[in-house]
Amino acid sequence: MSAPIRARFQVAFPGFELDVDLDLPGRGVSALFGPSGCGKTTCLRAMAGLERRARGRLEVGGEVWQDDALGDFLPPHRRPIGYVFQEASLFDHLSVRGNLEYGQKRGGQRRRDGAQDGGLAEVAELLDLQPLLDRRPATLSGGERQRVAIARALLAAPRLLLMDEPLAALDLGRKREILPYLQRLHDELEIPVVYVTHSPDEVARLADHLVLFARGKVLASGALGEVLPRLDLPTALADRAGVVVEAVVSRYDGHYGLLELSFPGGPVQVPHGLVPVGSRMRLQVRARDVSLARSRPVDSSITNILPATVVAVGAGDSPAHVMVRLDAAGTPMLARITRRSRDQLGVEPGMGVWAQIKAVALLA
Amino acid sequence: MSPGDLAAVWLTLKLATVVTLLLLLVGTPVAWWLAHTRSRWKGVVAAVVALPLVLPPTVLGFYLLLLLGPRGPIGQLTQALGLGTLPFTFAGLVVASVLYSLPFVVQPIQGAFAAVGSRPLEAAATLGAGPWDRFFTVAVPLARPGFLTATVLGFAHTVGEFGVVLMIGGNIPEKTRVVSVQIYDHVEALDYAAAHWLAGGMVVFAFVVLLALHLLTGRREEGR
Repeated sequence: MSAPIRARFQVAFPGFELDVDLDLPGRGVSALFGPSGCGKTTCLRAMAGLERRARGRLEVGGEVWQDDALGDFLPPHRRPIGYVFQEASLFDHLSVRGNLEYGQKRGGQRRRDGAQDGGLAEVAELLDLQPLLDRRPATLSGGERQRVAIARALLAAPRLLLMDEPLAALDLGRKREILPYLQRLHDELEIPVVYVTHSPDEVARLADHLVLFARGKVLASGALGEVLPRLDLPTALADRAGVVVEAVVSRYDGHYGLLELSFPGGPVQVPHGLVPVGSRMRLQVRARDVSLARSRPVDSSITNILPATVVAVGAGDSPAHVMVRLDAAGTPMLARITRRSRDQLGVEPGMGVWAQIKAVALLA
Repeated sequence: MSPGDLAAVWLTLKLATVVTLLLLLVGTPVAWWLAHTRSRWKGVVAAVVALPLVLPPTVLGFYLLLLLGPRGPIGQLTQALGLGTLPFTFAGLVVASVLYSLPFVVQPIQGAFAAVGSRPLEAAATLGAGPWDRFFTVAVPLARPGFLTATVLGFAHTVGEFGVVLMIGGNIPEKTRVVSVQIYDHVEALDYAAAHWLAGGMVVFAFVVLLALHLLTGRREEGR
């Protein structure tokens, strides 16, 4: 089932207002991104039915879960959702297995076609929980607790998984421990995930669809590859602006330890260990790591130099900079250059340039 | 101990057991409401529940006597229902004791519910548990230390009451004469030896109960 999610919510309480109208895809990870206090968590809670003050309408996969105009409201326990809170919120009086079974028993009643129907053993394996099953939540580390919380949500047979900053309460080491599991979920889950975060890195790694929030409103909503290169958005990402590209491993140069990744407009070479040819990988190219040249540099130490066309020039994150949107054979890219360089090179839309990429980050 | 003493001990235990069970039934919903409500009546209800903590037992007993007596509104109701009047009966003692010990049961449970918070309940709801389901499978088990404290305090406090019992129950052997009243009688009669048996027993009982409570709740915290 991949019918989309339509959510329209309004909340107003003193000092805060939320007014959103969202269309989210029925598959993949939709990231709600924005600074704290911008309403993204309230929006997520409203989708779960936990924020009763939120009035509006919610339709998921063709079913109406809430329509306040008609007085329809499905309470949270009747919505086939999984919800992962910022703190794991495990039941301390139950073992890890007891926590997992809690949702499994009750979710069984709402298991229907299209629902994720993972057995406990299967989900425990996905998140490496077998050694923890008989432990008490109080004896687990923060990262382990969050993995249990994710497994518990999945076992409730959700048709929509809602995650509220699941990594925000963890330190850097624990984040690194959980991220691979989230990336694995991203690849294996067939249900839509709505993922609230204020971390640009998590967006780049996990999101397929990006919703930018600011002060209770939606600034932009669209596929990651479309929203990230937009110049008209106040760069919530500031100096971390950049694009995410889905690429395929095409070659490995063992002598120099360079991995070649192909995509329309590519390829690029990245220092990396061996990865089988044909693997799909996500890479991130930040605007500040891209510089421009009018003719192909021949004596540069930079390995990745791609031909591209200037699409537009917009404001940068400081008065001294401009942001240039490029098109490299269909792949949008961003370059952050100084205003002076723009004037000296005469950068304007339609011009052919060479994009010199100083760094490429492999995300998965 | 005399047969009269034994009867008083038996009556006291029976009273405390019945009262504690009733208090858990009545006090839990009140505690739940107080822990979760945003109503402006919360302060009023909390104050009423706490009244027995500060009022002299004789004041409570005096008004109960008027309310439950033959000319009181509740007394008229119980008479109309063919139940007679409650003062000077075991049932009257139970009613008075429930009111008198209410804060000792409500407050620990309320505190425990508040400490559990709404997050585990929200988590249970998102896992498909309805309101009653999450109350019994999440809120009550997580609030267990509060229930333990409430049970022990409610029982012990009922065993230890005197003023309300004397006002409402009088001093009728095997019906309303509990241990505390029996001790009073022994002292009045200058039978200090008999008084010692019961009074000493009460001291030991109270000490053992409070020590057990400390050990039970203490061990739970270490286990966390």
